[in-house]
Amino acid sequence: MSMQVKDIRVGYEEKTILHDLSLEIPEGKVTTIIGSNGCGKSTLLKAMTRIIAHQHGQIILDGKDIRNIHTKDLAKQLAILPQNPESANGLLVRELVSYGRYPYQKGFGGLTKQDHEIIDWALEVTRTNEMRDQPVDALSGGQRQRVWIALALAQDTDTIFLDEPTTYLDMAHQLEVLELLTRLNKEENKTIVMVLHDLNQAARFSDHIIALSEGKIVRAGDAEAVMTCDVLRSVFNIDAVISTDPRTNKPICITYDLIKGDYDDEKTYHANVDFTHSSASSM
Amino acid sequence: MNKIRSIAFSIKMILAIFTLFLILCFSIIYGAANTSFQDIWQAALGQHGGEYYAVLREIRFPRVIAAFFVGSALAVAGAIMQGVTRNPLADPGLLGITAGANAGLALTMAFLPSASYYLIIIGCFTGAAVGMAIVYRIGTSTRDGLSPLKLVLAGAAVSAFLQALADGVGIVFHISKDVSMWTAGGLIGTTWQALLVVPIIAIGIVASLCFSRQLTVLSLNEEVAVGLGQKTATLKVILMVLVVILAGAAVALVGNLAFVGLMIPHIVRGLVGTDYRYILPMSIIVGGGFMMLADLVGRTINAPFETPVIAVVSIIGLPFLLFLVRKGGRPLGS
Repeated sequence: MSMQVKDIRVGYEEKTILHDLSLEIPEGKVTTIIGSNGCGKSTLLKAMTRIIAHQHGQIILDGKDIRNIHTKDLAKQLAILPQNPESANGLLVRELVSYGRYPYQKGFGGLTKQDHEIIDWALEVTRTNEMRDQPVDALSGGQRQRVWIALALAQDTDTIFLDEPTTYLDMAHQLEVLELLTRLNKEENKTIVMVLHDLNQAARFSDHIIALSEGKIVRAGDAEAVMTCDVLRSVFNIDAVISTDPRTNKPICITYDLIKGDYDDEKTYHANVDFTHSSASSM
Repeated sequence: MNKIRSIAFSIKMILAIFTLFLILCFSIIYGAANTSFQDIWQAALGQHGGEYYAVLREIRFPRVIAAFFVGSALAVAGAIMQGVTRNPLADPGLLGITAGANAGLALTMAFLPSASYYLIIIGCFTGAAVGMAIVYRIGTSTRDGLSPLKLVLAGAAVSAFLQALADGVGIVFHISKDVSMWTAGGLIGTTWQALLVVPIIAIGIVASLCFSRQLTVLSLNEEVAVGLGQKTATLKVILMVLVVILAGAAVALVGNLAFVGLMIPHIVRGLVGTDYRYILPMSIIVGGGFMMLADLVGRTINAPFETPVIAVVSIIGLPFLLFLVRKGGRPLGS
């Protein structure tokens, strides 16, 4: 699949969240959207997956405007895992994952042999097969996230969108989820598009990073191009020290400070604070 | 709980239907006038032999049928409500349906004193639909579409208003007694004529079963549902219309028993899990069976006097509700 976003504008009532934003999702790669809270990264993800409508511009999937694609056909091309999808449900793992076949089912038809094969494969590849008869509610956070990923896999799409898939997980389980996604990208050739909070994880696991600030793209490119002091300053208002991860050779932010005076949350700061203090050079 | 869940659904269904059949037999045999199997057999075949022919044919048969359909309609309507609103404590009363039906009933009786039974039923339905339409309109007036919290608040406010309207009309037109006789009457005096609404309920139930898979997807999460290719806005409207049909018909028949719609789906979840492909069929059986049983208790516990079915339901239901609250509103068994 190839996806281009052209000049989209998204907003609620008077408030515009994304301002005439354009980007491209590279096929077969892992793309991560980063940005501060409220910058519109989740909104961008939801717009790209038609969960919220855009007012202006186009989102083109394989040459077609997604507004002209039937929602069920779109569900065969894009899977989405929302942030914190838990609702009070006691479905068993196999029941939940089998609903990944929903876009393919017609009328009263049950699951076909092929459906069962894909469901089994999804459970296998996410290593959730052994918990297939347990209620989803009874699993740990990391297991649950793998089950939801299995649901997205059962949809058998080329592309999977994930909104903060590592939130609420401990460090080991965060890594487990990201490694699973990398494996799906490499071995199953899935295009992955996700929102992450952790910059170092974004740098380590992404081929392509999109840095967003106030509904606009500050920079898009590989980790080396995006993980720079000036980008992080304009996106997060932080003064970061960037180094190289000795194991992965990817850029890593080893420490950072807030840049005083210019952040929106506390309006008591005045604009006369100096910006000149040295931003540590990258290496 | 895992033991219960691991039994095949078909076996549970067979057991449930068998239990239902037993309740059906008891419901027909026992009553203010005790009859024998032979009487029932003859009455069912339409032979004029049995001693209690008239009792069975004209009073007990329609009443048992009504009990079954009212119970299953309320249970299915409640299950749908809980799925659509993703709120385990939702019931059809929440949508303003009960209060709307009462208001419709009061207005019909006030302005058309000679209204036939059918006209009154139509009045109830109209009231139920209007009540739900107002609640739904307010509940969906946010940018995210249907908001469960707003729906609950709007339901409470609109219900209070419509109930006040019904009471007010009752006082002004001196028909309070007739209105409350109707709304609290339960299944007393159900005749074949009253079973007019049964085909409506049957159609509503069959239609609901067709949407059971969609309902499970919708009940997960709005974004998951859209991501799986569901047109959630259209589906919600269809499901709400089904709730009005089912609950409206039930309320027209027995008055305010929406509580059954809260309770039964919770019992059913404990038996078959949270997939609506299993919940809805099982709710039909358990809801219908429960109502037949409640009515049987109401008729026999203090025979020959009737104990209102609403009292029986409340006495069984109230401790159950408290139990649910203690469990934090989670489905039974999880």
